[in-house]
Amino acid sequence: MTSDTEYAIQARGLTRRFGDLVAVSNLDLDVPRAGIYGFLGPNGSGKSTTIRMLCGLLTPTEGSATVLGLDVTGNTSLLKPKIGYMTQKFSLYGDLTVRENLEFIADIYSYGRSGRNARIAELLADYDLEAQAKQLAGTMSGGQRQRLALASAVLHRPELLLLDEPTSAVDPRSRRDFWAKLFELSDAGTTILVSTHYMDEAERCHRLAILDRGVKVADGPPAELQQNTGMTIIEVLSDYPSRAQSLLAGLPEVRSVTQLGVRLRVLVPSHIDSPLELVSAVLRDSGFLAECKMVDASLEDVFVAVTRDGETSERAA
Amino acid sequence: MNSLIRLLAVMQKELRQLRRDRITFAMIVGIPIGQILLFGYAINTDVRNLTAAVADQANTHLSRRFISELRQTQVLNIGEPVSSPEQLEAMLRSGKISVGVHIPHDFDRRVMDARPDAHLLVDGADPTILGVANQLVSMPIAFDTRPVPRVAERSLQVRPYYNPERRTAVNIVPGLIGVILTLTMMLFTAVAIVRERERGNLELLINTPVSTTQLMIGKVVPYIGIGLIQLALITAVGKLLFDVPIRGSIVELYVAAFAFIAANLALGLFISTVAKTQFQAMQVTFFILLPSILLSGFIFPFAGMPVFAQYLGEVLPITHFIRLTRGIMLREASLAEMSNELLLLFAFTAVAMTAAVLRFSRRLD
Repeated sequence: MTSDTEYAIQARGLTRRFGDLVAVSNLDLDVPRAGIYGFLGPNGSGKSTTIRMLCGLLTPTEGSATVLGLDVTGNTSLLKPKIGYMTQKFSLYGDLTVRENLEFIADIYSYGRSGRNARIAELLADYDLEAQAKQLAGTMSGGQRQRLALASAVLHRPELLLLDEPTSAVDPRSRRDFWAKLFELSDAGTTILVSTHYMDEAERCHRLAILDRGVKVADGPPAELQQNTGMTIIEVLSDYPSRAQSLLAGLPEVRSVTQLGVRLRVLVPSHIDSPLELVSAVLRDSGFLAECKMVDASLEDVFVAVTRDGETSERAA
Repeated sequence: MNSLIRLLAVMQKELRQLRRDRITFAMIVGIPIGQILLFGYAINTDVRNLTAAVADQANTHLSRRFISELRQTQVLNIGEPVSSPEQLEAMLRSGKISVGVHIPHDFDRRVMDARPDAHLLVDGADPTILGVANQLVSMPIAFDTRPVPRVAERSLQVRPYYNPERRTAVNIVPGLIGVILTLTMMLFTAVAIVRERERGNLELLINTPVSTTQLMIGKVVPYIGIGLIQLALITAVGKLLFDVPIRGSIVELYVAAFAFIAANLALGLFISTVAKTQFQAMQVTFFILLPSILLSGFIFPFAGMPVFAQYLGEVLPITHFIRLTRGIMLREASLAEMSNELLLLFAFTAVAMTAAVLRFSRRLD
């Protein structure tokens, strides 16, 4: 099958319900091999549920998915050795040391004794954990724990890494280091699927799917998504930003207004003619001192444009 | 080969975690020693020193001698004398005494003829006390005035085998091994899977190639060793403090314990796959522990229970184990003579383990 080589993950109509709640709805996915694919979405958007379905932890209510050419709804025992999964919550053993945790994982993946120790030494060095080798995992900092979790997820050199909000509990510096590691892994040919609610992280992905309440509302490379928002972005610098925001948000032509410090970002659909003049005139007429200019869309603008109020039409290519 | 490495990995992980868990580690030693001291000293079905009072309305040489003989039995702890049977009844009602002895005016004459000599007023609400009172009734009163003791009229004579001194500890300790092992073994494994689920470890584990069987067996095996250590502790303390014998083969005792420990661990694992939280797991464990104490023959003789309760008791592994330990330790019986009890324990283990493996879901839904 050609799809085996082209895509690491393919899903069609993937749906998962918990009682009345539809956590993931009719999701189609094509995740190419050897890239970093991001899931961007707020909490409760279905990111974790999707990742769990893809590694065989949850059975889809409807639809199908193939991961590395294997069906996830059936017996997943052939799939397990090929994927590495990093859970949202730290799931290694807090009462074991770093080395003991890695030894356990290595034994589970059937490394021989000599191969095991060499691989662990390599990981401890790579993930800057040599000083913590004898420390109990439960007593480490968030950043250290996250490095340990990644080290154990890649220990058996999986073809596909599934990372569920890996950076939600670490400081910015650790996040930067973490992403440097992800790029190294990706360059070495590992396919990575990572979920996040950070825009800056989403921007680094090779390709991105935005999820909103279980529905995929955008899918494409971040730059492409930014070019194709279908919105004109106007930045407003005004003397009373909060009041200006309420005023502009009431206009029928305006899709959304977001305040960023003293600045406002106003999204106006592209089909509206001369939006800059429209916004400037409204503010001037109401007595605001305002400076307006058109700017390029950020990923945050994309996010706001596709997710607001559940207006969920496919906007990107 | 790979599956053996995985099995060993799970076992090593369990042992490492156990070593760091000081409270659990303390429980392994503390529960057996604490329980054996408690049960060994507290439970005594060979009742002595019952609180008692005497209303001696005869107050003759003979009646005083009768009272002094009652004292010498050590069964009754006779306090200050009272004057009337009504007073005895009042004391009985208020709980001040368990037994009242009423010696009527005509005691001396009664001794000579066929009427009963005196009356025992007994708090019969407790069958054990009533039983002791009945023993007192058959106490021979060998007065000079009546040379023929009544005991000669009996047609049956008791010859107590295996525990001639009637020490309760001899009967309790072999059963106590079963109770302690039921409690600790079931509790350790009942929380085993649930704890991993609560801490999030399970989500990682079920995404690895480790199989359910490897996981289950790997979690159980270290505790078999711990159970056998507990057995050694209990039998040692039983021997040192209560002089409880092991008359049969020690090896056979350990074989029986191995089968019993495995049965409880498997049952614990099954509970672990049913319970959602550690708290629930503990509740279910205690739900099983109570009938294990009451219906197993540990305290109350099995034969005295209603048929329905006996069936329930037969389902519990501890019932069969107590028969084995009492047989081996006290009656010098061999396993070969009680092979069906041992086989039942192995069968129970197989069923519980299979159920646990089948119930364990490798998915989160």
